[in-house]
Amino acid sequence: MIRLTIDNKAIEVAEGTTVLDAAKMLNIEIPTLCHHPKLTPFGGCRLCIVEVKGVPRPLTSCTTPVSEGMEVATSTPALEDLRKTLLELILSDHPNDCMICEKAGDCTLQELAYFYGIRENRFEGERRIYEKKDGNPFIERDMGKCILCGRCVKVCDEIQGVGAIDFAYRGFKSKICPTFEKDLDCEFCGQCVAVCPTGALTGKMWQLRGRQKDINAIDTTCSYCGTGCNITLHVRNNKVVRVTSKENTWNEGWLCVKGRFGYSFINSPDRLKKPLIRIAPKESIKGSKGQSLKNSDTLTLGRSDTCDFSAIFREASWDEALDYIAAKLKEIKERSGADSIAGLSSARCTTEENYLFQKFIRAAVGTNNVDHCARL
Amino acid sequence: MKINNTVIKVCMGTGGIAAGGSEVMDAFRAELKASGIEAAVEKNCLMHKVGCRGLCAKDVLVDVIVKGQKTTYQYVKPEMVSRIVKEHIIEKNPVADWVVGDDYHNFHKKQLKVVLSDCGSIDPEDIDAYIAGNGYEAARKVITSSAPADVIGTIKASGLRGRGGAGFPTGVKWEAAMKQSSKQKYMICNADEGDPGAFMDRSVIEGNPHAVIEGMIIGAYSIGSDKGYVYIRAEYPLAVERLRKALSDARARGFLGKGIFGTKFSFDIKVKLGAGAFVCGEETALIASIEGQRGMPRAKPPFPVYSGLWGKPTVINNVETLANVPYIIRNGAQWFSSFGTEKSKGTKVFALTGKIKNSGLIEVPMGIPLREIIYDIGGGIEGNRALKAVQTGGPSGGCIPAEMLDTPVDFESLAKVGSIVGSGGMVVLDEDNCMVNMAQYFLQFTQMESCGKCVPCRIGTKRLLEIIGRITKGKGKEGDVELLEKLSADIKAASLCGLGQTAPNPILSTIKYFRDEYEAHLKGKCPAAVCKELLTYYILEEFCKGCGACLRACPAKAITGEKKKLHKIDPAVCIKCGACFDVCKFKAVGKE
Repeated sequence: MIRLTIDNKAIEVAEGTTVLDAAKMLNIEIPTLCHHPKLTPFGGCRLCIVEVKGVPRPLTSCTTPVSEGMEVATSTPALEDLRKTLLELILSDHPNDCMICEKAGDCTLQELAYFYGIRENRFEGERRIYEKKDGNPFIERDMGKCILCGRCVKVCDEIQGVGAIDFAYRGFKSKICPTFEKDLDCEFCGQCVAVCPTGALTGKMWQLRGRQKDINAIDTTCSYCGTGCNITLHVRNNKVVRVTSKENTWNEGWLCVKGRFGYSFINSPDRLKKPLIRIAPKESIKGSKGQSLKNSDTLTLGRSDTCDFSAIFREASWDEALDYIAAKLKEIKERSGADSIAGLSSARCTTEENYLFQKFIRAAVGTNNVDHCARL
Repeated sequence: MKINNTVIKVCMGTGGIAAGGSEVMDAFRAELKASGIEAAVEKNCLMHKVGCRGLCAKDVLVDVIVKGQKTTYQYVKPEMVSRIVKEHIIEKNPVADWVVGDDYHNFHKKQLKVVLSDCGSIDPEDIDAYIAGNGYEAARKVITSSAPADVIGTIKASGLRGRGGAGFPTGVKWEAAMKQSSKQKYMICNADEGDPGAFMDRSVIEGNPHAVIEGMIIGAYSIGSDKGYVYIRAEYPLAVERLRKALSDARARGFLGKGIFGTKFSFDIKVKLGAGAFVCGEETALIASIEGQRGMPRAKPPFPVYSGLWGKPTVINNVETLANVPYIIRNGAQWFSSFGTEKSKGTKVFALTGKIKNSGLIEVPMGIPLREIIYDIGGGIEGNRALKAVQTGGPSGGCIPAEMLDTPVDFESLAKVGSIVGSGGMVVLDEDNCMVNMAQYFLQFTQMESCGKCVPCRIGTKRLLEIIGRITKGKGKEGDVELLEKLSADIKAASLCGLGQTAPNPILSTIKYFRDEYEAHLKGKCPAAVCKELLTYYILEEFCKGCGACLRACPAKAITGEKKKLHKIDPAVCIKCGACFDVCKFKAVGKE
């Protein structure tokens, strides 16, 4: 264990702890833009600088490991003055459009500008202006707002293992972009969006859906797969307008493209909410324009725009549907034997559900014909 | 015909080759053949290329040594070769017209060559030439009979400090790496010399690559490393070629590879080419680059000696530092520390450029007064104009005004006056140089080369550049100089790496010594008449002959006047290109 003092408060921490983390344990707040607790330290924004006794220049607390007997000061007039300069420099290359920015109210840069009272800027000058050009439906990149904190690059590389983006160019023209500045073409997991401290990366589906103050945050579990990530639905007027995940969840706040962006089914008119029982044979089904359907078309069966829905199915209660299925299974089993039945389970079920399913097929139906989509 | 003991040495550094060194060498070969003495040449007359000897301005330089008597020719062209061969080599009468003059000898007189001692005299592509001068003996001695701690003791006692800029004691660095218990350690030679106008490391590798390799072998043995890298910029093709040849020759002789000198010590070196980013000269960015990542510095601590390449203990030394090592081992720590000052031992190589008569590569003992470099070695200012300042340390350095010309050139003294030794750039500025413009030039370079990682360097230097830019355009505002000072100080304090921490130095030191020039710009005048936007061109009535030369030269048609009558420049139309000023034979065009 290493003993040190931060702002004259003594603390003992494990070797290898950074000064920033040690300060956090003491509830001492140090401003930072580029640091993210789950990513390797970057040390680019320089806001987390602290003074260490005996070291002539300020050190970034996010990159500096503690050492025995260290005496750290996190807020001195000189440090606060430097932080103000740094923030002014960042804001001198940032559009002043908080009023229409999607991120307003939830933006670390905005918050720091507020705390440091930055209104006038001594360093007004040229700004980087970029075209918005991505065609993808998920991630909006407004690179004029990018402060090059590198969090998106790190999350893409270190967490997602994709490496879709990186730093390019040098000097003032430095920017973060995909290879050869092409359009973003990745998994669209949106992890980069989740860690962006400014409005540079936002979700396209979230735009103009309301400010944070009107939103109810409701914690739930993602239903897409058995992983069961904890998610938070942002609900406004009883509609989900955004999905995030909290850092202290077991999935550490990370989500995939489905969990983060695949929520439009919730309010979809095509969503199935009750069991359906077929009332017309497959061959008799006609398309919405009266045409005969090909085999491949049946994949989209049920979508109201492809065929006449009510002529094929009728709604039923769960009891009725389950009784119907049980009767059919029994009938098939009696007629053709248990091995004429097979069960295929879904990755969207939990482990427990999958266990029950195979148990049902093996013990109740009496066949080993059971498989799972994730094994294919 | 028998020719005895004749040696011809043709300067074939990058400067020599650019001046036609290869052609001169071919001419010698052809001429010797034509004279019918070729067979004799093979036996008794040795002709070889040599690396840069410093005074590139007089290239192609050729030494002709007849019976131990050396004569040096300057500005040699292929067509001059036949006369040299006939009169000097055959008839033994040197061609006096073409022999170098006093300035050549004066250029060398006050120099002290350690690192460059073999540069310009041995063939850099011939390992035997290096071995003949006791080359690789230092490595042999160390590996076969010294403990690593003793070698480090010698280097520490010599007082050798890093020549790459920071001046960190080399022995201390090696010792820290030696004490690491890691099985894998790395020895890296930093040859990513990027300062504009600097060519010290380039010349050392081009002129004597084996000294650098031997230095690396000794260093690797001391710290316990079996893998080394030379990180060299791809823009140095000749240096890369000679280095690669030297490495394969050294490998063939068993100086590199497994079981060196019959011991259990193994070490080999890979060449890694840099892609032209200045910041990759910063050690942590260099490491990132070798690892295949974008060359971006990371925060220190941890320092590379604890966690460097691939997270392993790594020593990174500059080319010149390593080239000193074999000479220190051969001649002893005491010999080395007898040169220089109390805290800055040995010599330093500088690239002397700018408004100086003898521009070139020099090596001087630490502590030599700047005045001796400028006036004795450099031969004074071009056109005998007045010296204004000397900029040292390249874009990270500062300037030393003419009044402080007696400042000794060493780490401490230069730091005291607000400049640095740096990697060794030395630019001489005269009264025609605008200090504001000069600071802007260097800042432009550092801003372009900023890696973009940290805010103060990426945005701060850009804002500095904008502020100084408006000052040179006559659009400066009151308080701009103070704003420059404030922002410079903040950038120095808050930047991540050496690039940002030193980028404002040219601004701070020019404000410190030439604040009046900044003030003059704010009032709309450039005292040195350099900043275009602040200039006014006019015609001096008493000198104008009405020849019309300026009128014809003016691309903006700003000049009017009839033949043989006084001409006039319309300031509203004038684009200040200076064409009229250059073309006038009667000095009738003035500017201010």
